[in-house]
Amino acid sequence: MSTTTHTPVAGLDTYRGSSLELRDLTMAYGDIEVLRNVSMTIAPGTTTCIIGPSGSGKSTLLRGINRLHEPKSGDVLLAGESALGIKPDILRRRIGMVFQHFNLFPDHTALDNVALSLRKVKGLSKAEATARARARLAEVGLAERSDHRPRDLSGGQQQRVAIARALAMEPEVMLFDEATSALDPELVKGVLNLMAGLAARGMTMVVVTHEMGFARRVADQVVFMDEGEVVEAGKPDQLFDHPQSDRLRRFLSEVL
Amino acid sequence: MDWLNTITRTFFDFKAMADVFPQLIGTGLLNTLIISISATVIGLVLGMVVAVMGISPSRWLRIPARIYTDLFRGLPAILTILLIGQGFAKLSQSIFGPSPYPLGIIALSLIASSYIGEIFRAGIMGVDRGQLEACRALGMSYAKAMALVVVPQGIRRVLPALVNQFIAIVKDSSLVYFLGLLVGERELFRVGQDAAVLSGNLSPLVMAGIFYLAITVPLTHLVNYFDNRFRTGRRRPSAPTSGLNEVNELNAATPLTPGSNT
Repeated sequence: MSTTTHTPVAGLDTYRGSSLELRDLTMAYGDIEVLRNVSMTIAPGTTTCIIGPSGSGKSTLLRGINRLHEPKSGDVLLAGESALGIKPDILRRRIGMVFQHFNLFPDHTALDNVALSLRKVKGLSKAEATARARARLAEVGLAERSDHRPRDLSGGQQQRVAIARALAMEPEVMLFDEATSALDPELVKGVLNLMAGLAARGMTMVVVTHEMGFARRVADQVVFMDEGEVVEAGKPDQLFDHPQSDRLRRFLSEVL
Repeated sequence: MDWLNTITRTFFDFKAMADVFPQLIGTGLLNTLIISISATVIGLVLGMVVAVMGISPSRWLRIPARIYTDLFRGLPAILTILLIGQGFAKLSQSIFGPSPYPLGIIALSLIASSYIGEIFRAGIMGVDRGQLEACRALGMSYAKAMALVVVPQGIRRVLPALVNQFIAIVKDSSLVYFLGLLVGERELFRVGQDAAVLSGNLSPLVMAGIFYLAITVPLTHLVNYFDNRFRTGRRRPSAPTSGLNEVNELNAATPLTPGSNT
C-alpha cells in the first residue's frame, strides 16, 4: 500500500467531485459556540482529513456542511454556490454522509438499505433502484450479502453498505464521520482501502478520522482542529513531520 | 358440606351456565369483539396522530396532543363513557339512530387513543436518533424519514404494549352497558348479568368471566412470547467465524482499491 495516485483506475467509474469551501463557519449548540470562524478550501476531487482531540468540533463541522445542524454564521460553498441558499433536502442529495455507527436501517436488507433512498428520494422505479443498488453493493464487495439484514453483517460489512448507500445517490462530496472508529481492528483496513479507492477515483471527501496512517497516505490536505478552531492545516507530510503548534505536537505525541 | 353446596349453586350452576352459553357466544362475544376491535382500530389511528403530534417540533401540535392525552388518560373510563354516551346522545341520534352503541365505541376509542398515543410516542422516541439523521443525510424530508423508517421501527418495538392495550380495551368494553344497550347489542358482561337475574345466582356471570379469560389469557401469553422474541432477536445461532475470513474475502473481491493492498 505504497502509492496513491489520483489518476482514475482503469475499468471503473470515476466521480466528478465538486469543490467545497467553508467561510468563517461558526456553529453553536444553544449559546455555546462549538465551532468558531472555520475556513478552508477543498479542491474538487481531493481528500481533506480532519484530525483533532475529542470536543474539537470535527463532527459538528461535517454536520454544518450538509446542514444536519444549521450554521450560526459564515457560509459553505458547494461548487461555488452557497449551501445556505439551497433547500436542505436538495443539498443533502448532493452530499453523502457516512456515520461512525453506520446507521443502517435494521429492518431492511443491505440491498433495500441502498435502494430505499433511490426510490423514495430520487424517484427511481423499483427495478432500476434495485439494479443500481446491486451495482453499488458489488462495488463495495458485498454482492453476495445483499439479502442480509444489518444484524447479520459484521461492522465492516455494515459500514461498506453505508458507503454504498451514500454513493448510490451520486453525491458530489462525501463526508465521513469517524467511519472506522466503531470497527473491530482487523476490519478497519478494508473500509479505509475502500475510502482510498473513492479518493483515487475523483470523489471530493472530507474525512474526520483518528487513523493517522490513512490521513498521511490518502489526504491532500490535513486540518488539525482543537476547541472549535482550525489550529493548523496543510499537506500531510508538513503536519505530521513538522508540526508548528504545541497543541498539534502534543496531540501527535499522544496518538502516534 | 353446606358451604360447598352454596358455592356450587352460586357460582357453578351448570344448568344456568349451559343456558346462557349460546347467548354469550352469539350475542355477547360477538358484540364484545366488535366493540373492542373497532375501538382498537380507531384508537390506533387516532393514537398515531396524537403520537406524531406529540413528537412534532412545533409546539402548536405538541401542546394540544399533550392536553388530549392528559384528559382521556386522567379520567376514569366510566366517566368518559357516560359523559360522551349521554352528552352526545342527541347528536348521535341524528347520525347513527337511537342506539348508544356507536357512541360507546367512540368513547372507548378516545380513551384507547390516549394510551396508544403514549405507547407509540415512547416507541418512536426510543428509535436511535441516528436513523433520522441517516435519512435526512440521504435527502429525505422529515415527514418521509418518519413515515418510511422511524415510525415503522417504533411500532415494531411496541407491539407487545399494543396487545396489552387491546386486553385492557376488551375489559373496558363491558362499561358500555351503562349506556343501556338494545337486546341484540349486549356484550358479554351484560348478557351474563341479565341471565344472572333470571337464574338467581351468579353462574352466568362466571360463564361470562370465562369468556373474557379465554380472550385475554392467551393474548397475555402471546405478548410474553413476542416480547422474548423481540428482546433476544430472531438471530439464529451460528458458529463463530473469524474476522480474518472477511479480510480474505475483501482482499479477493475489492475492485476499488488502487495499487496493491496485499
